[in-house]
Amino acid sequence: MDLNFTDDELAFRDEVRAFCRSALPTDIRDKLIAGRHPSKDDKVRWTRILAQKGWAVPHWPVEYGGTDWSPVKQHIFSEEVSQTPAPEPAGSGINLVGPVIYTFGTETQKEYFLPRIINVDDWWCEGFSEPDAGSDLASLKTRAVRDGNHYVVNGQKIWTTLAQYSDWIFCLVRTNPDGKKQQGISFLLINLKTPGVTVRPIQLFDGYHEVCEVFFDDVRVPLENRVGEENRGWEYAKFVLGNGRVTIACVGLSKERIRRIKELASHTKVSGDLLINRPDFRKKVAAVEVQLKALEMTQLRVVANSSKLQKDAQDPASSILKIKGSEIQQATAELLMDVVGPFALPYQSEEDFKHQEPSIGPEWAGPIAPAYFNGRKVPIYSGSDEIQKNIIAKVVLGLSSKSA
Amino acid sequence: MDLNLSEEQRLFKDGIERLLGDNYSFADRRKYLGDKHGFSESMWQRYAEVGILGLPFSETEGGFGGGAVETMIVMESFGKALILEPYFATVVLAGGVLRYGASDAQKAKFIPAITEGNVKLAFAYAEPQSRYDLFDVETLAREDAGGWVLNGTKSLVLHGEAADKIIVSARTAGDPRDKDGIGLFLVDGNAPGLRRRGYPTQDALRAADITLENVRVNAAGVIGDAAGAFPIISRVADEASAALCAEAVGCLAEMLATTLDYLKMRKQFGTPIGTFQVLQHRAADMFIELEQSRSITLYATMMAGEDDSRIRERAISAAKAQIGQSVKTLGRQAIQLHGGIGMTMEYAIGHYFKHITMIDTLFGDVDYHLSRLAALGGLFGEEAIEQAN
Repeated sequence: MDLNFTDDELAFRDEVRAFCRSALPTDIRDKLIAGRHPSKDDKVRWTRILAQKGWAVPHWPVEYGGTDWSPVKQHIFSEEVSQTPAPEPAGSGINLVGPVIYTFGTETQKEYFLPRIINVDDWWCEGFSEPDAGSDLASLKTRAVRDGNHYVVNGQKIWTTLAQYSDWIFCLVRTNPDGKKQQGISFLLINLKTPGVTVRPIQLFDGYHEVCEVFFDDVRVPLENRVGEENRGWEYAKFVLGNGRVTIACVGLSKERIRRIKELASHTKVSGDLLINRPDFRKKVAAVEVQLKALEMTQLRVVANSSKLQKDAQDPASSILKIKGSEIQQATAELLMDVVGPFALPYQSEEDFKHQEPSIGPEWAGPIAPAYFNGRKVPIYSGSDEIQKNIIAKVVLGLSSKSA
Repeated sequence: MDLNLSEEQRLFKDGIERLLGDNYSFADRRKYLGDKHGFSESMWQRYAEVGILGLPFSETEGGFGGGAVETMIVMESFGKALILEPYFATVVLAGGVLRYGASDAQKAKFIPAITEGNVKLAFAYAEPQSRYDLFDVETLAREDAGGWVLNGTKSLVLHGEAADKIIVSARTAGDPRDKDGIGLFLVDGNAPGLRRRGYPTQDALRAADITLENVRVNAAGVIGDAAGAFPIISRVADEASAALCAEAVGCLAEMLATTLDYLKMRKQFGTPIGTFQVLQHRAADMFIELEQSRSITLYATMMAGEDDSRIRERAISAAKAQIGQSVKTLGRQAIQLHGGIGMTMEYAIGHYFKHITMIDTLFGDVDYHLSRLAALGGLFGEEAIEQAN
C-alpha cells in the first residue's frame, strides 16, 4: 500500500499539468477562476485542443480514440484538468453517449458518431427525464411507434442540459407500453434539426438558461438510429447513469474552490482583520477540507480497485461519491457566500460581463451568489441523493423495499 | 499509488480475524472482563504467539518489522472485536516511544520482552491540567546524583494499573507549557514513591492516575534527550491517533453490520423494519460515514510515518476530526435504529458506542483537531494564503 504516485505517474502528472496550463486559452481560465459558466464555444475550443493532443476521450478504449492509461492516470488527468481550472471535455457526448455507442452501437453508428463526438462536430444532450418521470425514470411516456423504417416519436423531455445549443439528443423512448415498465424502453439518437422537434430553454433561478424542455411532435427517426436492441434501452440507461464515473465526485473542482476561498479570504477584511486570519473562519474551511480529503481517498480507493473488478461490477464505495461530492460542492459554495458577504447582493448578468460594465463591489463578487443558487441542482440531477440512498440501501446493504 | 493490501498483509489480516473470531465473541469478552485487570492474560499470550505484540518493532530489535499498515490491520480487527487487552497502551504508545527514542540497550531490554508477552508498559503523557496539549507538563524531573527525581501527577494513564513499567513525561527545564525541556523517563510500576489509583473507563478498559513523590530514576531510565523529548511524544501521538482511527473503523464496521442484521430481522407493523425507507436512508448515511472513515484512515495510516511534522500533523488532524465526526453520526444512528434493546448493557451495540465515544476523547477531539488543522493552513490551496500575505 502506497499513497505516493510512482515516478512514472508523477512525470505524467507534470506533463498533463504543463500542457493544460500552456494550452488552455487564458480567457477560458479566467472565466472559470471567477466562477462563471464556460460557454459552448469555450468548451468546444478546449475539447478540440485536447483532441489534437489525443486527450479528449482518455477513458475510451484505444480503438475508438481513447488511451491505455491506467485508472490512476485517468484520475490524475481529470484532477489536473479540473484544477487548472479547465472545462470538462464537452460533456454529454464524450461522457455519456459515446460510451453507449461504442459499447452497444452498430459499426455504422461507431464510424459516424464517435469521431464527430471527439472533435465536437456534434453537441449532444441527454433526453431522459420527463415531466412525469423524474426519480421514477422508468415510467417515461414519450412514445416511439414503428412506421416502415422509421420510428415516429411523440412526447416531451425536460431538464435537458443545454439542448438549445445541441445538434443531437439521445433519448429514452417507450416502444412497448405493455408489461413491466423497464422492459418497453428503447434508446434513440435523434437529430434536433428533424422536423417536429421544438426546444424551449428554461431559465433557472440563478438566471442561467442551463436546461430545456424538448417537445417531439411526429418526429421521424430512422430505425438505424436506435442503439442496441429494441426494448432494452433501460439497460443502456443504467449503463449511462452508472458508468463508473468517479469524476462525479468533483474532487478537483472542490479543491480549486477551496484554493479560491482561501485566496479571496486573504484579500477580504472583516471588522478590520483579514478574514483568513480569523480562527473561526479557518476552522469552518478546515471542516470542509477534511470531508473533501476523505472523499478524495474514497475516490482513489474506487480508482485503485476498478482494475480488479469484474466488468460492469461496481465498487460499493463508488455509490457515495455523488452524495458526498454534492454535499461538499454546496459547502464550498456556502463558504464563498461567507467570503463575499454583503456584495452577494447585486445581480450582474453575463451581459454585463460582455459589455465590460464596471463591477459593483469586488470584481470577483458577481458570480458567487448565482453559483450558490445553481449548486442546489447537484443533489437533484443524475439520480437525486434520495435515489442514491435507495440504491445504497438495496444494492450495497441488502435492505429490500418490500416485506419478505 | 497502490491502495490495496499486499498478499502478505491480507493473510495477516485473515489470521488475526480468525484468532478473534474463535476466541473473542461478545460472550467471551464479558468473561475476560471479570479477569484480573479486566482483560485476558491468556489472549495476551496468544497475541504474543502469533506475533502481534512485536509487530511494529524492526526485526533487528526483536520484532517483526510491521509498519503503519500492519498496525492499522490489527487495530481495525481489535476494534471489531472490541478487545480489552492493553495492546494500544503497551505496543502502540509505549512501544512507539521506545522505537523513536530508546537507546539500543533500552530496546534490547524491553522490545523482546514486549514481543514475548512478558512485560506490559504504559505511557503517562497526560496531566490533570493538560487536556490535549502534550507539552503542558508540570511534573518535574530534577537531576540528582547521576539520576533523576520525579515529582508530580499524571492522569488518565491507559492501563497504568497493570503496567510493569511506565513511561512518564516530565519537565527538566523551562516553563510549564514549553515544548522544550521535556524528558521521558522509564519508571518501574512499583517504584517507591509511585502511587497508582486504578479505575475503569467508561468503555470498560482500565486507566490510572499516578502520583510521583520523589521517585528515583537512574540514568539508564532516561529515553532520548532529557530536555528534548517532545518531538518523540508528538510523533507517537500522531501514530497513535492513526491507530485509533483504524480501531474506530473496526468498531463502526461492526456497528453497521449489527444494525443491518437487526433491520432485517426485527419486525414491526408486520414487516422487517429495514423495509422502511426512512430507516433505509439512515442506514445509507451510516454506510457513507463508514466509508469516509475508512478512507481517511487509509490516509492517516500512510502519512503516520511522515518525517515532516507539519505535513504529518495536518493529515492526522484531518483523520481524527473526520473519525470524531463519524463516530457521532454513525453511533447515534446505530443506537436509534435498535431502539430500546440498543440501550441495554447486555447487548453489544452500546459497548461499541461507548468505546468510539472515548476514542474521540483520546489525543484530541474534533474541535481540537479542526483548530490544529486550521492553524496549520488546512489541506488544500495553502499557497493561496501565502500569496496573499
